[in-house]
Amino acid sequence: MAKTVFDKIWDAHLVKELGDGVGLVYIDRHLIHEVTSPQAFDGLRAADRQLRRPSAVIAVPDHNVPTKDREKPNPDANSAAQLAALDSNCAAFGIEKIDMFDIRQGIVHVMGPEQGITQPGVTLVCGDSHTSTHGAFGALAFGIGTSEIEHCFATQTLQLKKLKNMRVTVNGRLPFGCSAKDVALAIIGKIGTAGGTGHVIEYAGSTIEDLSMEGRMTLCNMSIEAGARAGLVAPDAKTFAYIKGRTWAPKGMQWDMAVNYWQSLKSDDGAFFDKEVTLDATEIVPLVTWGTSPEDVIAVTGDVPAPESFKDPSKQAAAVSALEYMGLTAGEPMDRVKVDRVFVGSCTNSRIEDMREAAAMIKGRKVNVRIIEAIIVPGSGLVKHQAEEEGLDKIFIDAGFEWRDPGCSMCLAMNPDKAGAGERVASTSNRNFVGRQGPGARTHLVSPAMAVGAAIAGHFVDVRNY
Amino acid sequence: MQKFDQVTSIPTPFTQVNVDTDIIIPAKHLKTITRTGLGVHAFENIRYGADGALTGEAVFDRAPYTEATILVAGENFGCGSSREHAPWAIADMGYRCIIAPSFADIFASNCVKNGILTITLNTEAVRHLALDGEAEAEITVDLPAETVTAADGTVFNFTYNPVHKEMLVGGLDEIGQTLQDEALITAFEIRQKAAQPWLYNRD
Repeated sequence: MAKTVFDKIWDAHLVKELGDGVGLVYIDRHLIHEVTSPQAFDGLRAADRQLRRPSAVIAVPDHNVPTKDREKPNPDANSAAQLAALDSNCAAFGIEKIDMFDIRQGIVHVMGPEQGITQPGVTLVCGDSHTSTHGAFGALAFGIGTSEIEHCFATQTLQLKKLKNMRVTVNGRLPFGCSAKDVALAIIGKIGTAGGTGHVIEYAGSTIEDLSMEGRMTLCNMSIEAGARAGLVAPDAKTFAYIKGRTWAPKGMQWDMAVNYWQSLKSDDGAFFDKEVTLDATEIVPLVTWGTSPEDVIAVTGDVPAPESFKDPSKQAAAVSALEYMGLTAGEPMDRVKVDRVFVGSCTNSRIEDMREAAAMIKGRKVNVRIIEAIIVPGSGLVKHQAEEEGLDKIFIDAGFEWRDPGCSMCLAMNPDKAGAGERVASTSNRNFVGRQGPGARTHLVSPAMAVGAAIAGHFVDVRNY
Repeated sequence: MQKFDQVTSIPTPFTQVNVDTDIIIPAKHLKTITRTGLGVHAFENIRYGADGALTGEAVFDRAPYTEATILVAGENFGCGSSREHAPWAIADMGYRCIIAPSFADIFASNCVKNGILTITLNTEAVRHLALDGEAEAEITVDLPAETVTAADGTVFNFTYNPVHKEMLVGGLDEIGQTLQDEALITAFEIRQKAAQPWLYNRD
């Protein structure tokens, strides 16, 4: 029977059928961070259970770490306690941990691929919904809750209901001024935040093939914003080239064996997809969100929509409260909306390509005087180092941006990086939820180029002619 | 874990769509290293004023909903972050069951592991039950029978994954269940190591 990439990975990891579509699935890689793991370790201890396979687990602190003055004591005692718990738990259970001061430290979803941990065909989990990022390599990667972390610690498996297959095909050349982030937002705008619920999305088509690995990670990262627990791209020569030589990558004869296997990870002709969606990349324009759900997407050249333009009464009600929260009026042109803060970073857009896209927009210009703070937070120490080698840090600093240390930062405001109530943020992160970047903060999701454009102009601009 | 059979309660009607886990429990409360005590912070931005005081106006804090064990929610409930703090917080408020037109996958899976039953019903049925809540009338959820009985006696049937049903009804520990298959897991590892040795280089 013709299979999809997801079917193939599922079948290759099925330890036992538990009935009614639930399988006991083997997990090859388990990434952990400080926020969602402490209770899982406590559960193990309480039940007097062992960690089954320490070598399959790797830890890195990212959510709570400050992005400046890291050598000073953490300003938040609770954050410090969580970071200390990660240290002691990893030591007690024999887990390799990348330290906060290690150059490899960074956002867990940036670190994994950089270290070659993320590979085609593997099952990879982490207690974070943006684990879907790793699907860019043709891995089955998804976020799990803390009970599942504990389950995976104790058994190296998870009990999972098999998801359905969905294919999103994007064809055509992406227009100038648009990047993978715009593709992700365009897809979510089209299918909605529940459009992929219950499915694994396979991204296919010429646009996806043309994306770099960084671009594919941006796209797969936001699968969860479309409701899909996992998103993936079939691996190709670009994938293999990215992995080759990295720390965890297969070496020597094993490399050839691995590539041989990885090449089989393509959806067969005639494989069945429960849902199919297609987009024409040539019609994509620079996008920005106007509301408090990632599906609230509009062209930067568009106007803030009126609640009555939505058919569904519950969507109308949601739009009314979103506009109120966001401080926007229906009909207002998006490119006149003024911005107070700018954040370039997060597991969506903090890789070297994002840093280059951001730097290229500056063209000798300065951050607008109305901007309270414009921060650039590289995804890892290695991204930071690479950007500095390329002189990008100087371009940012000369323009008036702050160049920070790696971490999740203002994406979810668990560390000191936050926006104040009523402040409007142009953000390259993935969620514009109420209060996400601080109580009352107003988040607009955009690409790195769009964020930098807004920083310079002080309002949103169409980056195609700015 | 507490066994789940029948639950009767006046349900709390809270049918906003796309309620994300940041609304259920804001990120600043994720800095805990225990599973309990999150109920006071649940739906914080809805329940507390700018001065940080409980307003008492949110549906969760009004009688009789303060005693409710069933929550009637809107479409795509629990979307966003995978934080299990969301079901912990909801459980800590006293809820044992959530009824909605649809749930986000990770959230639903986190719920069952914490003894919370998530029931998916069509929009009309959910509206009917929300109206019961508003009328302060009791409804009954029967997991073994897979039914929800509205105040007027209307019975809505639902389907629930049999594996999860067995877990909830029996109050079973999923890890203990899986560990019974430890020999199969070991056999899998031996097979996989032979076929894909590069996945075992660090063992």
